[in-house]
Amino acid sequence: MIDVVDLHKSFGDHEVLKGITTTIHEGEKVVVIGPSGSGKSTFLRCLNCMEDPTSGSIIFEGEDIANIHVDINRHREKIGMVFQQFNLFNNKTVLDNVMLAPYCLGKKKLGKMKKDPSYTGPKTKKELNAHCEEEARRLLRRVGLEEKASAYPSTLSGGQKQRVAIARALAMNPKVMLFDEPTSALDPEMVGEVLDVMKELAASGMTMVVVTHEMGFAREVGTRVLFIDEGVIAEENTPQEFFANPQTERLKTFLSKVL
Amino acid sequence: MLTDFSLKWDKFIVNFIDKGGYKQVVDGLENTILVAVVGLVIGMLIGVVIAVISVMPKYPILPYAIQNRFDRFLDRFPKKPLLRVVSFYYFFYAIMWILQRIPFILQKICSLYVALFRGTPVMVQLLMGYFVLLPSMGLKVTAVQASMLIFGLNSGAYVSEIMRGGINSVDAGQLEAARAVGFSYSASMIKIVVPQAIKNILPTLGNEFIALIKETSIIGYAGALDLVYAFKQIGTSTYEYTVPYIVLSVIYIALVVVITIGLKIMERWLAKSDRRR
Repeated sequence: MIDVVDLHKSFGDHEVLKGITTTIHEGEKVVVIGPSGSGKSTFLRCLNCMEDPTSGSIIFEGEDIANIHVDINRHREKIGMVFQQFNLFNNKTVLDNVMLAPYCLGKKKLGKMKKDPSYTGPKTKKELNAHCEEEARRLLRRVGLEEKASAYPSTLSGGQKQRVAIARALAMNPKVMLFDEPTSALDPEMVGEVLDVMKELAASGMTMVVVTHEMGFAREVGTRVLFIDEGVIAEENTPQEFFANPQTERLKTFLSKVL
Repeated sequence: MLTDFSLKWDKFIVNFIDKGGYKQVVDGLENTILVAVVGLVIGMLIGVVIAVISVMPKYPILPYAIQNRFDRFLDRFPKKPLLRVVSFYYFFYAIMWILQRIPFILQKICSLYVALFRGTPVMVQLLMGYFVLLPSMGLKVTAVQASMLIFGLNSGAYVSEIMRGGINSVDAGQLEAARAVGFSYSASMIKIVVPQAIKNILPTLGNEFIALIKETSIIGYAGALDLVYAFKQIGTSTYEYTVPYIVLSVIYIALVVVITIGLKIMERWLAKSDRRR
């Protein structure tokens, strides 16, 4: 689904990613772990070009989205992203946060869609609005926050914010979801509720790439674990093998510290 | 002293009410408010545009559709250097090069504009605009219209800097999140970042509006009838300035108090997304 080929990323003179090549297949749950500063977050942010790669390519749906001449916005609709700091839109209610993107981006396509005879979805702005709202409420129910629909993000707890952020990312019907340390900014007792939503999402067959420090989550949900160290994939394996038989010395010392 | 004042007051009342001085004052008040409000609206529009331009990414880039068309077009040219020169390849390449740097060029123009309008007194701008530039362009406008334009342009320069600060005060994550769900740079700015920025800068913007209302007192120099001009005429007709100027000051204070209350209400309304009440 996403082919990453020889990905390099430098910030000024500082080379963070030094050639990463991997493939994320459909339905896979890839967990990325590594010490801080190793480039795992940068790797994730390069996948939807939040950071433009210095060189290398990222093939998504047959197109190299690292190419600056490609319409990245169209592809980002299909790549959901969840941030460490939630980044909910502070000026919008929870419901608006979730339905803003599907409504506004759907509105643009409405004219083109109307000409397509096989198209059966909403045809007017009003219908689209109702459709998006219904969809948003369904997603909020899915993450267990339907009663907070008219609240503003500043009144929510960290765990609730992150669940709304997941619902917002899901609202665009993405093909793959990227999680950038989704539980690192949360109180320990709120980590569980967010991980539960993510587990439910994984069980529904979503393709996921998760940067996390939650080793339990990696072991339970992951289908493949990447260990990124100093800008390269130092080791990758299935979670069972990864945690039971670490191959490299670097991973052994890392695991002994975090487990 | 007191009898002296009551004498002056009577004189003023006679002139203000009986001789119809209030009509001019009402017109003057209308013009003062009109120039300030229209000036602020124009200033906000200019300010937002300049602020967004000045925070745009600096690296050369074109919208993908235009860039792709250019790429395909330039690909059709011959590869030999001499043939390229003859076939105007470099001419089209130069056009692309300039288009790619439009944000950079716009930024330079905007900083020149800001330097110009912050660097000269608004009085000079008004005289220059109304008596020199606008007539020389063949535009026939009234003094009030010219004042609206000049004050709009002037406050645009100030608002742009206020606005830039406001945009920078919005967490970068907001823009990132909007881009991540598929919004373009401009759509994320308009829908997410600028509304939050305006909320943050509202107190400063109110400051600018209050300053603007008082600065408009100079439009009399262009021959426009404003509050100051109206009261000055009442004073001139009686050779008695004490009372007219006191009343003038009271009207300005009243205006500013009303604006302050209005801003408080607006701030509270915009703060509904905050936890503060």
